[in-house]
Amino acid sequence: MTTVRTKPLPGRNAFVYRPTASPQAAAQWTPRQVAMTNLRTVIGRAYPRVTGMFREKSWVFFEILLPFLATSAFVFVYRALQAPPQYVGFVVLGGAMTAFWLNVIWMMAQQLWWEKSQGNLELYFAAPMNIMAVLFGMAFGGFVMSTTRAAAVLIISSTLYGVSFSIDQWALLIGVFFLTLAALYGLGMMLASLFLMWGREAWHLTQLLVEPVYFVSGLNFPIARLGVLGSVAISILPLAVGLDAMRQLAFAGAAYPIGTPPPAIEAAILVGMVVVFLVLSRWCLAVLERRARREGALSVRWQ
Amino acid sequence: MPATQPAQPLAIDVRGIRRVYKVKPKPVVALDGVDLAVEPGEFFGLLGPNGAGKTTLIKILTTLLLPSEGTARIFGFDVERETKQIRRIMNMVAGGEQSGYGILTVREQLWMFSQFYGLPSRDGWNRVDELIDAVGLDEQKAQRVSTLSTGQRQKMNFARGLLNDPWIFFLDEPTLGLDVSAARSVRELVLAWKAAVPGRTVLLTTHYMAEADELCDRIAIVDHGRILALGTPDELKRRVQRESVFRIELDRLDGGVAALRQVPGVVTAAQAAADQGDGKADRQTILVNLALVDDAALGGVVGALGGLGAQILALRKSEPSLEDVFVELVGRGFHEDVDSTPKDSTPRARREPPASDPTDDARERETEVVA
Repeated sequence: MTTVRTKPLPGRNAFVYRPTASPQAAAQWTPRQVAMTNLRTVIGRAYPRVTGMFREKSWVFFEILLPFLATSAFVFVYRALQAPPQYVGFVVLGGAMTAFWLNVIWMMAQQLWWEKSQGNLELYFAAPMNIMAVLFGMAFGGFVMSTTRAAAVLIISSTLYGVSFSIDQWALLIGVFFLTLAALYGLGMMLASLFLMWGREAWHLTQLLVEPVYFVSGLNFPIARLGVLGSVAISILPLAVGLDAMRQLAFAGAAYPIGTPPPAIEAAILVGMVVVFLVLSRWCLAVLERRARREGALSVRWQ
Repeated sequence: MPATQPAQPLAIDVRGIRRVYKVKPKPVVALDGVDLAVEPGEFFGLLGPNGAGKTTLIKILTTLLLPSEGTARIFGFDVERETKQIRRIMNMVAGGEQSGYGILTVREQLWMFSQFYGLPSRDGWNRVDELIDAVGLDEQKAQRVSTLSTGQRQKMNFARGLLNDPWIFFLDEPTLGLDVSAARSVRELVLAWKAAVPGRTVLLTTHYMAEADELCDRIAIVDHGRILALGTPDELKRRVQRESVFRIELDRLDGGVAALRQVPGVVTAAQAAADQGDGKADRQTILVNLALVDDAALGGVVGALGGLGAQILALRKSEPSLEDVFVELVGRGFHEDVDSTPKDSTPRARREPPASDPTDDARERETEVVA
């Protein structure tokens, strides 16, 4: 992307992009222009996240090595307890999915609040694209980042601890994976709006959410072990339902704790979550914009 | 405001805008019944001290804030209901802006913003390169945003503001916090852009008077959420200058200034303290401050001085600054706190030409700040 370079045409007025006859003409956009602007916004907003991945190498330590160590601790616990071998696979899969949850909670939910404090938020609202496109861009960039990290954790852990997967339904597994991420990032988009409305409590709310979600999502153990609490988690948390379905699909034939729905049902739950979270995030953003314009909350006071 | 309906809508049409912030212990009235009409192609300035309501007005016009009362339109589009149309034709740059992502290079950051305005990717890169050249950031284009100086950053922000070729450009204190050289560069950029695209409208808010004086076709002086005066810089200055004030340096003046007071058209004449600070102790000159009914009376004075055998070494016309206008309107200095406003804040009475003209000092002080 950065290799494109064309010198300005000689004699060209650098200040003029595409001359328009009048402000009224310039303000009338076709539906295609609107759609393309939103699509370009998604790519534009994803760009810093993807680029940042290659520029700041510290993530290799923080987001691969540290999650790997946390996963390893559970592997050794399961081995010490002589748990069935698929439990090592469960925790490795959970460790890989941790990357997505951390990305959603730290780099999606808090992001609009951070953008506001940087002065970006009012520029976003003052630009002609739909603000949902910005959130999609953040999600897309985050997805690329986190997939790399999750894949690294999964490959390293599986190789070191000898995890053997047994997959019968590849298509369903891939479908569930992407549905989980769609629902997860949909949740992140909704939380981004909510956190912005709640203002400076966002950081504390994030802190408050991290560990409980780890627990009720069953990142380090099968969610069925939580009984009723696990069922509740499956009905509201994309990570819980998605991870449970992926475990069932990735270790087909292995003994699996009973008490959770079959993967196809869980895939349907994920579809519902995607729709609900996207609709809610769109609604929250609309409410937020109206409220922020009424109260003057799109920028911090010193801006 | 034109008497008849204009063929093209006004660039900015503000009627009875009032904005109240509901804060404790009591609501703050940021704008209190503002009416404003800015023609397409105009360079319009909002001049006022901190807290006057300038930024609130700009946020309303850029669709970021709703008015509590009143209406505002940009090229006929309502700021409350037709936000999409307005956002397609406007852009904004604020002083001290830290927008974007420090991890990106200047070129990448501008390209990212170009995508928000729907420029095709390749067009975006080309446009970014053109604007980087135009604003003089060619050497920094591959540099990370986080490493830019304040002045370079503001040039980059300015380039960002021009990505979509806006029909109306809002500049909110664009030189705030910049050093003299960087501020001048930004002002030159604004003027270069305005000259290149003459039909575009600019609304500038500033509390630097020389900046408003230099850049704006018309200026509204704002204080406490109200427009106190509106006109061209010259019109505003004429409000406080009822006479033409000159400072004349003479080699001698036989008969003293009393002789000059007899010349028709001279309102007052006063001898100022001679400048002894030029290191030329043997040079004896006489400085005279003159207030004339108008510029035409100067001819009579020159003739009279010739008759008195005096040689004119220097002649300078003293003009009031916009700060004088502000003081005239408000009864306090531009940079004085509201609390220090004298109770009797009625406009100053007619100016007497002082022995040493304070407007010169004011202008020099101001020039020092923003030149």
